Amino acid sequence: MLVLATVALLGALLSAALPLVQIDAEQSRGLVVRFLAHWARRRPRDRTAQLDEQRFKSAVEYAAFGLLAGSGLASLVAGCVTLLAGQTRVDQLPLGLPWLAWHLRLDPLAGFFLGVIGLGVFAVALYGPGYVRSFRHSGHSFATLGFCTGVFVAGMELVVLADDAFLFMIAWELMSVASYALVAFQHEHAANRRASFLYLLMAVVGAIALILAYGIVAAFASAHSFTFDALRAAPLSPTWASIAFALALIGFGMKAGLVPLHAWLPEAHPVAPSHVSALMSGVMLKVAVYGFLRFVFDILGEIQWQWGATTLLLGTVSAVLGALYAFQQNNLKRLLAYSSIENIGIVFMGFGLSMIFFAKGHGELAAIGLIAALYHVLNHAMFKTLLFLQAGTILHQTHESSLERLGGLIKRLPRTSFIMLVGCIAISGLPPLNGFVSEWLTFQTALQASALDSGILRSFVPVAAALLAFTGAVTAAAFVKAYGIGFLGAPRSRHAAHAGEPLHRGMFAGPALLAALCVLLGVLPGQVIAALGPISRTLLGNDLASAYANGWLWLTPVSSRVASYSAPLVLLACALAAWVSFRLLRTPKLAPVRDRPRWDCGFGGLDARMQYTSTAFSQPLRRVFSPLYEIDERATREDRGHALLTPAALDFELRIGDRSWRHGYLPLAHGVEGAARQIGRIQTGNIRTYIAYSFFTLLALLAMVSA
Amino acid sequence: MNWLTSIVETALFILLAPLFAGWVKWVKCLLQNRRPPPLVQPYRDLAKLFRKRPMIADTASWIFEAAPFVVFVTAVFAAGIVPFAIAHLPTAKVADLIVLVGFFALGRFFLTLAGLDLGTAFGGMGSSREMMIASLAEPAMLMAVFTLAMSAATTNLSQAIDWVLQTGLVLRPSFVFALAGLMLVGIAETGRIPVDNPATHLELTMVHEAMVLEYSGRYLALIEWANQIKLMLYGVLIANIFLPWGIAESLTPRDLALGFASIIGKLAVLGIALPISETLFAKMRVFRYQEFLGFAYLLSLLGMLSHVILEVN
Repeated sequence: MLVLATVALLGALLSAALPLVQIDAEQSRGLVVRFLAHWARRRPRDRTAQLDEQRFKSAVEYAAFGLLAGSGLASLVAGCVTLLAGQTRVDQLPLGLPWLAWHLRLDPLAGFFLGVIGLGVFAVALYGPGYVRSFRHSGHSFATLGFCTGVFVAGMELVVLADDAFLFMIAWELMSVASYALVAFQHEHAANRRASFLYLLMAVVGAIALILAYGIVAAFASAHSFTFDALRAAPLSPTWASIAFALALIGFGMKAGLVPLHAWLPEAHPVAPSHVSALMSGVMLKVAVYGFLRFVFDILGEIQWQWGATTLLLGTVSAVLGALYAFQQNNLKRLLAYSSIENIGIVFMGFGLSMIFFAKGHGELAAIGLIAALYHVLNHAMFKTLLFLQAGTILHQTHESSLERLGGLIKRLPRTSFIMLVGCIAISGLPPLNGFVSEWLTFQTALQASALDSGILRSFVPVAAALLAFTGAVTAAAFVKAYGIGFLGAPRSRHAAHAGEPLHRGMFAGPALLAALCVLLGVLPGQVIAALGPISRTLLGNDLASAYANGWLWLTPVSSRVASYSAPLVLLACALAAWVSFRLLRTPKLAPVRDRPRWDCGFGGLDARMQYTSTAFSQPLRRVFSPLYEIDERATREDRGHALLTPAALDFELRIGDRSWRHGYLPLAHGVEGAARQIGRIQTGNIRTYIAYSFFTLLALLAMVSA
Repeated sequence: MNWLTSIVETALFILLAPLFAGWVKWVKCLLQNRRPPPLVQPYRDLAKLFRKRPMIADTASWIFEAAPFVVFVTAVFAAGIVPFAIAHLPTAKVADLIVLVGFFALGRFFLTLAGLDLGTAFGGMGSSREMMIASLAEPAMLMAVFTLAMSAATTNLSQAIDWVLQTGLVLRPSFVFALAGLMLVGIAETGRIPVDNPATHLELTMVHEAMVLEYSGRYLALIEWANQIKLMLYGVLIANIFLPWGIAESLTPRDLALGFASIIGKLAVLGIALPISETLFAKMRVFRYQEFLGFAYLLSLLGMLSHVILEVN
C-alpha cells in the first residue's frame, strides 16, 4: 500500500509539472520548462491557431486535474486499505541528507488522514476543470495555478507519509509555500497580497515552533536521530515534554486555525480560488490536526492532563468565537472560513477530552473522545469541501461573493442549491446527517466527566459541553443566514437574478459525491467507528468495540444503558412519518393556489430591498454579544429641511473586526517593530564602530577559549 | 408488541396535544375574566384549516412547502421518543435526550428558512429573532439535560426515569435548579409569555407568528399542531423526569390506567401553572431575552455545579 501512496504522490507531482507546458517556450528561461514546452507544442499549430490554443489549454487542464483525481483516488485506496487492515508499512527513499534518508511510514493513523486527503482531492479534481476555465479570460495563467495545486497536494500527502522529522518539515514547508502562492494567485487585489503575506508570516512562525518542538525531543533521543522511532523512544522529563507540547500546540494550532492563532485563516482562505479554498479548509487543516495527533499522542506519548485541559480550553474558545464570528460575516467564503475555525475547535475539544481521560487512566473514555474528534475531522472534510465548492459555483455564476447581493438562487440554480442545503444541514450538526453524529459523540464523552477525580475538571468539562451546544445553535443560525439570505427570497442584484446552473458536469459531480457521503456517514456511524478502531488501538490501546456491539443499527459508545442512537431507524421513522403525512394531505381538490402575491400590509410594491438583509439577520446576536466583537457602526443622515420622514441621504456603515487584532496582534507587531528599532541602533553605518564590534567579539571569544 | 405499543402511545400523544393547548387557553381565559372557548376548540381550528385550500405566494420555493412537513415530522418523532404514560418503550432507545434537542433544532432550521423564503421583512425578522432565542436557549436546555444525565449516568430517557424512580423521593438541589432552568427554556422555546406571545399579531413583538405569517390551510395546520405537540412535550418532559411517580412500568391494565391518569393529572396541573405565570407577567422587550435565558442558563449551571460538588460520591 505504501507503493500506492507513492504513486499518489507521483501523480500529484506530475499534475504539478504538466501545466508548465502552457508557459510559452519563447518567454520561459528555465531549461526544463523550455524543454517541456517545446515537447508539448510540437503537435498543435496546424489549423486555426485560435481554436487549437483553446483546445490545447483545455486538454492541459483536464490532464492536470485528471492526474490529481488519480492521485486522490490512489491516496484514498491506500489509506482505506491500510486503515481497514490495521497494518503498518515502512520504507526509505534514497533522497534527503547523506546520513538521513527519507523515511516513509503508512500506519492506520496516517492511512486515515491519507484517505481524507484523497477524498477531498478527488472531489476537488472533479470540480476543478469547470471552475478554472473562467480564469482563462481574466489573464491568469493556469501554469502557476496547476503547478502550485499539484505541489500543494503532494506536500500534504508527504506530510502524512513522513516518518522522520526532517522529511516532515520539508513536506510541511512545501505545503505552506505552495498554499501561500495559491492564496496570492489573484495578486492584483491589495487585500489578497496582504492576506497572503500574513499567512506566510504566521506559517513561518508556526514552522519555527515546530522545528523547536522536534528539536527538543530529538535532543533527548539516542544518537540525536530524527526518525520518529528514535523520537518516540526519547526519554523526556515531564517539564521538557510540556515545553515540547506547548510548542507543538502553537505550531500545529497556527496551521489549524486555533484561536488566538487564527488571524490568517479568515483572511487567506476566502481569497484563494474556490477549489483551493476547499482544499485549504477541507483538507489542509486536517493535515495540521494530523501533525498534532502524531506529535502529541504518538511521539510524546506520556500525556499529562494539563495538556488536555489546555487543548480543551483552546478548542472551546475556538469553537465559540469561530461560530460567533461566522454568524456576523456577509461574505459567504469568509463565513465558511470562520466556521472552519469553529469546527477545528470542536475537533480539539474532542482531543482535549481524550487527553484528560487518558492521563487520568480512563482508556475507554479516551477512545470515545479520540474517535469523536476523528469522526468530526472526516465530517468536516466532507461538508466544508462541499460548501466551499458550492460557494465557488455561486461566485463563478454570479460574480458576487457578498450575501447582501445574492438571493433567490434556489430557483435559478436548483441542483446547486439542493447540494448546498445538504451541506448546510450537515455542518449545523442536525440529525440525521453526519455533523450530528460526531457532536453527539463529543457530548457523550463530556458526560462521562463524573469518572474524573478532580472536582474542577468535573465541572469544567460539562460547561465546555454546554458551550459546544451554544456553538451548535449559533452555527445553525449562521447557516440559516447563509442559505436563507443567499439562496431564498428575492434576488438582490442583477447578477443573482440572471444566474444559471453551471454547464460543466464536474461542478455537480464533486459536490454531489460529498453530499452523498455526508448522508452516508450520518446514517451508518457504527461502520465508521469500527473502521476508526485501529487508530485508537495503536494510540491509546483501546478501541470502541462497545459502540457497535449491538448490531449495525445501534450506536452505543459506552453501553446500551448509558446512551444509544440509531441513525438508520431515525431516518426510517422520519421518512415514514413524512410519507404518511404527505400522502394523507395530498388531496387534489385542495391543491394550493400558487400565484398569490406576498402579504405587504396593504401598502403594495414589495421589492427585493425590503427583505431582511444579512446584516439585519445577525443583528440580535451582535447586540447580545457585543463585548466579543470589535464593532464599528456608523449611521449618518442628511435631513432635508423639516421633512423628517424623507431624509435627503441615509448612510449606514458597519465593520466587524476581530478582537484579537487590536488586543493581540497589533500590540505584538508594534512590539516587534519597537524592538527592531532598538536593535537597529547598533547599526551606526560607521566603519569604525563595526571594527570595534569585531575587535570586542574577538576578545570575548578569546577569553572564553582560554578560560 | 412493544413497538406497536409505542406507536399507539405516540398517536395518542399527538391526538391529545390540541386538548392540552385548549386546556391552557381555557384556564388562561378564566384567569383573565374572559369567557373561555370550549376545550375542543383547537381540534375545530385544525379541522377547519385542513379543509381549506392553502395559498402560496409566487416567490415561494419548495422549501416553503416542505418546511411544515419537516416541522411536523420532527415534532411527531420527538413525541415518539419521550415516554408518555409508559416508562419502558423501545423507541426511547432509538434516540436519546441529545437527539431530541437535535430534532427540535432540525424543525427550527426549516421553519426559519421558510420564514426567509418569501423575502418579506416579517419572515426575516421572525427567523432572526427565533435564531437568537434558540442560540441562547439551547445551551441552557442541554445544561439542564446534562445535570440529569450525569446524575442518572445516562442520556436515555427511559433509563433516566428508571433511575429517578429507584432512588426514590430525595430532594436533590441539582434537580430543583435544573427543573427551574428547564421550565424557563420551555417557555422560551414554545413561544409563551414573557418571551413571545402566541396570541399576538402585532408586528414589533411577534417571533413565531412572524415566521409563519404567510402560511395557510393545511400547512398552517401542520405547524400549529406541531407547536401544540411541542408545548405538551415540554410538559411531559418536566413531569416525567422530575416527578415520574405513577408512570406505568409494565403493561398490565392497572399500571396503564394509573400511568395515563397520573400523566394527565400532572399535565393538568402544569396547564394551570403556565397560564398563571402568563397572566402574572407581561411580555418582555426583545433585548431582554438574553437576561431571561441567561438566568435559565445560570440556573442550569448551578444545578450542574451543585451536582458535581454536593452529590457525587
